[in-house]
Amino acid sequence: MKPLRQVFGETLARLGAEIPELVVLDADVSKSTKTSIFAKAYPDRFHDMGISEQDMLATAAGLATTGMIPVASTFAIFGTGRAWEQLRNSVCYPSLNVKLVATHGGITVGQDGGSHQSVEDLATTRVIPNLRVIVPADGRETAQVIEHIVREVNAPCYVRLPRDGTPDVHDENYTFALGKASRLREGQDITLCACGVMVSVAIEAAKALQAEGISAAVLNISSLKPIDEEALIQAARKTGALLTLEEHSVIGGLGGAVCEVVSGVLPVPVVRIGLDDLFGQSGSADELLGHYGLTVTHAIAGAKEAIALKAESNPMRW
Amino acid sequence: MERNALIQKLEDKAPRYRVDILEMLTEAGSGHPGGSLSAIDLISALYHGKLRHRPDEPHWDRRDRFVLSKGHGVPAQYAVMADLGYFPREQLWTLRKLGSALQGHPCKQYLAGIDASTGSLGQGLSMAQGMALASRLDGDRYQVYCMMGDGESQEGQVWEAAMSAAKYKLGALTLILDYNKGQIDGYTRDVMDLEPLGDKWRAFGWHVITIDGHDYAQILDALDESERVVGRPSIIIAHTLKGKGVKFMEENIGSWHGVAPSREEADRAIAEVRRRANLSLEEAVR
Repeated sequence: MKPLRQVFGETLARLGAEIPELVVLDADVSKSTKTSIFAKAYPDRFHDMGISEQDMLATAAGLATTGMIPVASTFAIFGTGRAWEQLRNSVCYPSLNVKLVATHGGITVGQDGGSHQSVEDLATTRVIPNLRVIVPADGRETAQVIEHIVREVNAPCYVRLPRDGTPDVHDENYTFALGKASRLREGQDITLCACGVMVSVAIEAAKALQAEGISAAVLNISSLKPIDEEALIQAARKTGALLTLEEHSVIGGLGGAVCEVVSGVLPVPVVRIGLDDLFGQSGSADELLGHYGLTVTHAIAGAKEAIALKAESNPMRW
Repeated sequence: MERNALIQKLEDKAPRYRVDILEMLTEAGSGHPGGSLSAIDLISALYHGKLRHRPDEPHWDRRDRFVLSKGHGVPAQYAVMADLGYFPREQLWTLRKLGSALQGHPCKQYLAGIDASTGSLGQGLSMAQGMALASRLDGDRYQVYCMMGDGESQEGQVWEAAMSAAKYKLGALTLILDYNKGQIDGYTRDVMDLEPLGDKWRAFGWHVITIDGHDYAQILDALDESERVVGRPSIIIAHTLKGKGVKFMEENIGSWHGVAPSREEADRAIAEVRRRANLSLEEAVR
């Protein structure tokens, strides 16, 4: 599996040939974020700002005021953490056309440990007005997202990528659309709503549930903001229970977003899988996913819990 | 414009701008008089004597850019912009009010002619740097000016930008430091001393010019000099007086950072500005 950041870097380099306004900035991690691929092809339009994420984002804001299309990249923890206020005030307040594409999101960063594992970024970006928040699930979607936000979106965007690759969950007919969830599997008893690396986990869980006679739908909610309210309400209406899965805190990310949507329109039980208000730690990606309860096994248990809650909360209705 | 005539014009404008600033802040009932009055002569000289800009075409893509990083001093910028015709002068009295284009800190999405939304200190120099990088990619089509406060230079991001602007040899970038020696909690030398400031910027690779920020000839010379510098950014360290033009503010700078004058105080201040400039009331309010 090709790391999604590799897809990101290659896509940037491809777009660089066609879009002269495309400018890329990095904060001394270009070899890791793979913006180095763009840097090699277009050195004049690449700026390594050094280890200074705040300066990088505000410089990107200045570039955007002139009509350039800056893509700034670093690790998720630094781009959204260290420079949150620059993202908020320099970029999003004036709604400038800056793309922050961060890699190394979530705990699958692995051995570097909790200091480098961003488990709050979806909450802290989703709350900023004007900002679009996107978490691609596989390589195909990553390439489409990068191209879409550079070509079609004249507004601030945050894209979160993991360090590693993910299994393909979309076929060649897939087309990403901002604000649209993609339905990867149909089902009647519950809907599994996932983003990023957890989408393939949700699909595996749905297959296992099928073997037990439980029919689970799967939604890839790569566009966290704007979020596909229609698809979520439809899922709540059809299946009556939701499970959210994300490589992020259970507070404020995908789980929070889903609860915000359904609670106001069609409240149904929502069980949230993610980090239970905890920091990460060192370990391999797989060990960490197991330790923090982000596996197929946990997804199956969570789905059953949500279905039980559905029966409990409104036995007459179902 | 011929140099002496320009300086005469700036001197004629100065008391009028000061009266407008005081009226704006009094009408708003809040804001920052000290740092607006220390910056006004620099901003006036920049707009009248240096910037290539078109008030009737504020988005002209070859205009020189101006980033007021010390966004709290924006009443000074609004006073000059209104005078130049960016918007009707009556709009000045809507400062800080609901629905106004004149936000409490400059906001490009609210007012055409504002190049950067600022207010959170320490971010404007990076934005100006981004504009200067864009100018270079675009064939060096415009100069970029940024004005920063002295207290503001305590923000770490300023020194990140000090490094990167030097790395990128941004000769098109000029930083003007309004060195009025005061910040909210007192004198900068007590809160967090900046000295030796010129040495710091020189050490970062900048061309440093030090002037009296209320002397138009010195301001104009410094702006000319900075434009001639190639291969590195320039900083004009402008020594100014917080509350300049109003004695009771000049003498008590700690009290006039972020407090608007009462009507009575404003009347006293305006009378003093008029007296010093030998302006009649009608002339002062035009």
